[in-house]
Amino acid sequence: MPTEKAVAHHWRRFSERYGLIGSRCTSCKHYFYPTSIICPKCRRKGKIEEFKFSGKGNIFSYTTIRIAPEGFEKYTPYVVAIVELEEGAMVVSQVVDCSPDDVSIGMPVESTFRKIREEGKSGLILYGFKFRPLK
Amino acid sequence: MKAGIVGYGAYIPRLRIKSSNIAKVWSADPELEAKMINEKTVPNMDEDCATMAVEAARSAILRAGIDPMKIGAVYIGSESHPYVVKSTSSIIGEAVGATPNMMAADLEFACKAGTSAIQIVNSHVLAGKIEYGLAGGSDTAQGRPGDALEYTAAAGAAMFVVGKKDVVATIDSTLSYVTDTPDFWRREGEEFPRHGGRFTGEPGYFKHILGATEGILSETGTTVKDYDYFVFHQPNAKFPLSAAKMLGIPKEKVLTGLLFPKIGNTYSAASILGLCNVLDTATPGSRILMTSFGSGAGSDSFTMTVTDKIGDRRDMAAPVSQMIERKEYIDYATYARYKEKIKGVL
Ligand SMILES: [Zn+2]
Repeated sequence: MPTEKAVAHHWRRFSERYGLIGSRCTSCKHYFYPTSIICPKCRRKGKIEEFKFSGKGNIFSYTTIRIAPEGFEKYTPYVVAIVELEEGAMVVSQVVDCSPDDVSIGMPVESTFRKIREEGKSGLILYGFKFRPLK
Repeated sequence: MKAGIVGYGAYIPRLRIKSSNIAKVWSADPELEAKMINEKTVPNMDEDCATMAVEAARSAILRAGIDPMKIGAVYIGSESHPYVVKSTSSIIGEAVGATPNMMAADLEFACKAGTSAIQIVNSHVLAGKIEYGLAGGSDTAQGRPGDALEYTAAAGAAMFVVGKKDVVATIDSTLSYVTDTPDFWRREGEEFPRHGGRFTGEPGYFKHILGATEGILSETGTTVKDYDYFVFHQPNAKFPLSAAKMLGIPKEKVLTGLLFPKIGNTYSAASILGLCNVLDTATPGSRILMTSFGSGAGSDSFTMTVTDKIGDRRDMAAPVSQMIERKEYIDYATYARYKEKIKGVL
């Protein structure tokens, strides 16, 4: 059974996972996902603000998962990629709506709203972004 | 001042199963079943009522071109809400960035819950209570394996931003027709619905579709000739065409809004996905009459007029035709795994 603490932990991340919301440093124009509260480059001079990413990007690198961690077994084989968002940030995410053979480095993708994981039959359903090939 | 549709969005999942594949598994005659339906949509394992509604809602907001914080209400109709207790509307509101200042509720009225949602939001807008509201239907329908419903129970969503400013179609009038009719039901805790078999057509679908459609024609003082498009609930291809015939509507006026042969019965999304396809193609000035049907039973009718704003807004999101063409076929074994369905076999 998930603990109260686990529910609260998921809950705090709902908005960033649902909306692909991270942050950016307005001083040096660096983008962060997940949100960074301090700019590693500008340090104290950095100005950080919340930022909603467009959801468009390209595949920077990827791998095919054949032996999945708990909760993801039913999806195998599936692709997990590092996606370089058009604003510059890198995110790790599942790539859906295509077979592993269709995926290549540099492939344009867009975000889509999906179920990420279910905590068993009676637990929470965790939603968030994944990526799919750009039509 | 009238309210209307400011933005519309459809979502049709990518997976399909051919009805001939389902028929083979149950030793039914594939050709016989194929006459009723060619193929239907299947949700992927990571798709449900909420994810499809969010995708459709995002397209509707893109087309509306509005700040989602201006959305003052989210109502979603479905018979496959992911939770029995825990709202789908709050998930949608959060995902599109409309929370926290919004009214919200999940609605159920079988396949007419989506149009009920639109009526409620339309009323809030007309009353001046909210500037914009988001409403529609989304379903991942379930049929017991081997049951006639299994050939048709499909998945899809359609969502609408309703408001008064810059509408792509005015909602000119709406009227409902409801009676207590036990044609189709599913009890709490039961996985699959039951239906009254042969009983479903006459006192269910036809009585209510005709009741609402004739009612709105009479109330608005219009006739079939005044409309360019008719959209009816489509649990199969035959019922909407038969209803049209009874009402004296030429077949051509029904076909644009009839998606059943290509996607199946998307329940709460069925009539409104048909409406999305009409909005993808209709020219300014076109008049639309849509009537939904939900078992239990009732129908909601709407009369609408397309405005000259449609041209700018249509291309802001993917059209229904593109989502119908973008598909991947799966076989019955994969389908059963995706729907986690094998356990339903008695
Ligand atoms: Zn910086």
